[in-house]
Amino acid sequence: MYPKKISTIKFEVLSPQEIRRMSVAKLNNPETYDDDGFPVESGLMDTRLGVIDPGLKCKTCGGKAGECPGHFGHIELAAPVVHVGYAKIIARLLSGTCRECGRILLKDERRDKFIREIERLKALGQSYEEVLKEVFRLTKAAKKCPHCGAEQIEIKFEKPTSFYEILDPEKKEEQKLTPKDVRERLEKIINEDLLPFGLDPKAVRAEWFVLTVLPVPPVTVRPSIILETGQRSEDDLTHKLVDIIRINQRFIENRDAGAPQQILEDLWELLQYHVTTYLDNEVSGIPPARHRSGRPLKTLAQRLKGKDGRFRGSLSGKRVNFSARTVISPDPCISIGEVGVPEEVAKELSVPIFVTPNNIEVAREFVLRKQSPKASYVIRPDGKRIRVIDTNQEEIAEKLEPGWIVERELMDGDIVLFNRQPSLHRMSIMAHHVRVLPYKTFRLNPAVCPPYNADFDGDEMNLHVPQSLEAQAEAKILMAVQEHILSPRFGGPILGGIHDHITGLYLLTRGEKKFEKEDAMEFLRAVDLSEIPAKDEYMGKEIFSFILPKISIKFKAEICQGCAICKEESCENDAYVIIENGKMLKGTIDEKAVGAFKGIVIDEIMRKFGSSITKKFIDDMTKLAIRVITRLGFTIGIDDEDIPKEAVQQIEETISEAEKRVEELIRAYKEGNLEPMPGRSLEETLELRIMQELGKARDRAGKIAGRYLGMDNSAVIMAVSGARGSMLNLTQMAACIGQQSVRGERITRGYAYTHRTTSHFRSMDLGSKARGFVRSSYKSGLSPIEFFFHAAGGREGLVDTAVRTSQSGYLQRRMINALQDLKVEYDGTVREQTSGVIVQFKYGEDGVDPMKSFRGKAVDVKRIIREIMEVKE
Amino acid sequence: MSYDTILAEYPLPPSVKEEIKEELEKIKVKKSVAKKIVDYCYKAYLSNLLEPGEAVGIVAAQSIGEPGTQMTMRTFHYAGVAELNVTLGLPRLIEILDVRKNPSTPMMTIRLLSEYAKEREKAREVANRIEATYLKDVAEIEVDLKETIITIKPDFEALRRKDLSIGELRDKIEKIIKKNAELIEINGKFIVKVSKESYKLLMDVFEELRELVVMGIKEIRRVIIRKEGEEYVLYTEGSSLKKVMKIKGVDFTRTITNDIYEIYEVLGIEAARAAIIKEAIETLEEQGLEVDVRHIMLVADVMTADGELRQIGRHGVAGEKQSILARAAFEMTVNNLLDAALKGEVDNLKGITENIIIGQPIKLGTGDVELIAKLGVRR
Repeated sequence: MYPKKISTIKFEVLSPQEIRRMSVAKLNNPETYDDDGFPVESGLMDTRLGVIDPGLKCKTCGGKAGECPGHFGHIELAAPVVHVGYAKIIARLLSGTCRECGRILLKDERRDKFIREIERLKALGQSYEEVLKEVFRLTKAAKKCPHCGAEQIEIKFEKPTSFYEILDPEKKEEQKLTPKDVRERLEKIINEDLLPFGLDPKAVRAEWFVLTVLPVPPVTVRPSIILETGQRSEDDLTHKLVDIIRINQRFIENRDAGAPQQILEDLWELLQYHVTTYLDNEVSGIPPARHRSGRPLKTLAQRLKGKDGRFRGSLSGKRVNFSARTVISPDPCISIGEVGVPEEVAKELSVPIFVTPNNIEVAREFVLRKQSPKASYVIRPDGKRIRVIDTNQEEIAEKLEPGWIVERELMDGDIVLFNRQPSLHRMSIMAHHVRVLPYKTFRLNPAVCPPYNADFDGDEMNLHVPQSLEAQAEAKILMAVQEHILSPRFGGPILGGIHDHITGLYLLTRGEKKFEKEDAMEFLRAVDLSEIPAKDEYMGKEIFSFILPKISIKFKAEICQGCAICKEESCENDAYVIIENGKMLKGTIDEKAVGAFKGIVIDEIMRKFGSSITKKFIDDMTKLAIRVITRLGFTIGIDDEDIPKEAVQQIEETISEAEKRVEELIRAYKEGNLEPMPGRSLEETLELRIMQELGKARDRAGKIAGRYLGMDNSAVIMAVSGARGSMLNLTQMAACIGQQSVRGERITRGYAYTHRTTSHFRSMDLGSKARGFVRSSYKSGLSPIEFFFHAAGGREGLVDTAVRTSQSGYLQRRMINALQDLKVEYDGTVREQTSGVIVQFKYGEDGVDPMKSFRGKAVDVKRIIREIMEVKE
Repeated sequence: MSYDTILAEYPLPPSVKEEIKEELEKIKVKKSVAKKIVDYCYKAYLSNLLEPGEAVGIVAAQSIGEPGTQMTMRTFHYAGVAELNVTLGLPRLIEILDVRKNPSTPMMTIRLLSEYAKEREKAREVANRIEATYLKDVAEIEVDLKETIITIKPDFEALRRKDLSIGELRDKIEKIIKKNAELIEINGKFIVKVSKESYKLLMDVFEELRELVVMGIKEIRRVIIRKEGEEYVLYTEGSSLKKVMKIKGVDFTRTITNDIYEIYEVLGIEAARAAIIKEAIETLEEQGLEVDVRHIMLVADVMTADGELRQIGRHGVAGEKQSILARAAFEMTVNNLLDAALKGEVDNLKGITENIIIGQPIKLGTGDVELIAKLGVRR
């Protein structure tokens, strides 16, 4: 079956004839419904325009509400009015053409040159906006018509819809051009003269910019809603159209009654206002039309515009069925490729089974089932949906035959798409297999949090069920979690252990730890291993080796101190990891080995064994790590940051010393003895030096605290292994919070005229305390003044995040819009699809997929050589 | 040498060939082994190629946009040279992709010809020629309201340091005031007499004199000399590539600015492309974010594809799309639709947004395949 296809869409301006031709009714009654609640003939709710009330039938097509798509009507305007959206081009045309003969104010040769230039650029697919500007500039300047020789009068365009002829610039004598005058002038312009203005005579005639007939959209476009009180509330468009008809009728009445010119003109203005606001209610220069409540009306332009407008809100983004959303929570026992779906959700969502001779028995079984997963609906080939209930299930099962569709509830193993907003990259939507579980949250393995950027502090996620076999196949093959372990951003893994996984493996593999048989078996219980050598004791590294595929790799771990000369194997820190043929010999597993974004081990397994083995490794690793950490026990508390008295003493001294040095710097500055740094003023130098001094002091305090906390401290373990937190966090908890800053400087703002931050200080005090240095630690608590500065510094962080998200969001939207039509063709070139422009002859100059590349390199030459040489030996 | 002949047989990208050669020379293996290695490398290369239909544009946009959320907003930072403030982080990235004509912190890195690069003194000489020296830097300017004159007292020490003669100074002053005033020289001082006795004119001339650049390039506010390895390098605050290239002693083949639009104007579109890539990589790397070059290259190529620098956004790539629907869905919905009607434009519905809007499959990835299976009866 070939799908129906729309091949092109052409945009043109509606002509009055066209408007009348497509209209089914001429409307001239401002009433909408009569007293009985029936639509009034020739009113805006005329049943010829379609129906929205159930029970009524459309007079044009006979369809009921929901069947009839609606039909256009029209209003014959008693006086022509200008279309706001085209006012600017009208202005250009008026000042660019002769007021007498209507010809363009250019000689024919000149005009033809411009036409050719526009056509040339059009053919190249380039913008010809500049040519149009040039035409406007030249024609506006012309004083005399080159065709009939008539004197030209300058046209003044007053936004939004008024035009004047400036009779005498000195005396400010102006003659208003009525829309009727304007229309008459535009009528005189010949088709060939429209081209240099950028108009296509096949699509548009200049006089159509002045409306004489107004199309009225069908009622289905502007349905009224019935309020709880039973009152009818009309759509904003209907309100506006009522206004237009009312004024239009009044104009006719007054004109027929021979009312004075002034009154007619006022009514004309009013009609212009209503038509203008009907088209666009945010035109600058005129007050927006308002609802009785004072809310501005949402008219045509407003319906299309903006984020929730028709284009971005309803056409580019669509609402879908077969989806679910709920809170997420962690479950380390399920695979990274799975998602835990609550029973209630699974019962509601459905997957179609397309019945064929091969699966009819399976389908029948679902129809007959009494418990979930059972069939919820069947769809007959004629499109009728039948709900499967206890009383009819046997009857349906009997009737079932190929060609029917059985909709069954979601069950274990189904493929679904899982998504968390903001969907910043393609890993924000991945395919998981369903695991139906009790309770009411979606469950996911914590190792897949990094690509979604999810945590469990109340995050919600969406789930979608693909409904066609093609979609399911694509999801399984292209979108499955394991296919996204490597990121196309940098060609490294973005999936990996987090938090407890890293701590657990760190505890397991660090040093020469031995574990009793019982412990070891407990650790490995959840892991699917075929064979474990029988022993009484197992080394930690040995246990980890059980889950490792046969890889060989050497690297420095996260805990590496960065010594000048790496001692490699004999590293006393056990920071040099050596894995040979799947056996871990040396080193410690930490963030660098299995963490998300870093994970060297994961990267290696992925490249050597592919996605399914890597998936299994991550599953095993997380299970092992969680069991290790549960069995060994791991906790932190407030007393973990306790440091002995002498440490506190030392820290106090360090900070006092630093403060003293700051005092000295300030004194030197005041006495003029401070040497400025090259290219900096004296004040800047002082600030930089003070910041340096205090920064150093905090680091030193942190070092002291770190020394006393020791490597066995749980918080320290987390910080060094990269599981969570940093040594800076610990420093701030145990020793000293340090300098607070706003805009990268010490806090200087405060009482504007007294040159001090708060009233606790003297004017011009530059000392550390007065400028936001927080001496206390989080544990010891902050003084009120320190707390104030800390709040000031903290607020900047919050503002920063808020501003950044909106800015980077817009940047990304722009980039997606600019680049979305790029595609790699079969010949390896990158082309823009709409214009066919070749952007790159070979993608990235080598045609390599960044995801498959080795951290940017096209081929991992070293590993190939290593592998080949290994085989040789 | 022997490795070259083996490599020549394989159509691998030059960078890969280079690396293979380097590695082979390290281990010095037999020809047969080398051939095997190259063969494996070639197979690996083929399997690492992108598949046709891949939506490279979207992947690139996501790869640059996603880390954007992690970047800092902090505008100023010290990069490389501690003395200069440079815009970094997200604001800088936006600036690059917007192709701003006036970046917030223009900066140049000027390398010198070898005869000037070795000694600090010589480098200083070039720096003097570049850095804008205002009259107020080399002389004291005073206004005498009563006499309606301006007195300029040259600072000879400063003049010597800048290697500027009194005659040159005088020429510069005369050139600027010639219409409105006359210059009298009295024992080493210059007296400027305004032609009309007008307070306003006096102050105007005074302003002009204060802002008078007597030496160097107006746009370059500051020059910093730094030693980098063996040579002295100049870093400037402010940028004017065209003028700096003409300065004696400047090695213009190794002189760059961070103003991309200026590079485009002076050196052309290919240079602009290279500059976009370089600046974007530096910005991302400074933030510690890893992004594959290929993504950045693609963005740079889109911006420069038709020979003109186009920004990513309303007035550039996204705004000049062929498709009306795509433009309307991006920004300025109503204007785009009205304009399209005037011009009688046709939307060929080849792009992504258009097909999403009308509910048809998009021509990317699996949607691009035009094979249709004939569903006949199974034999």
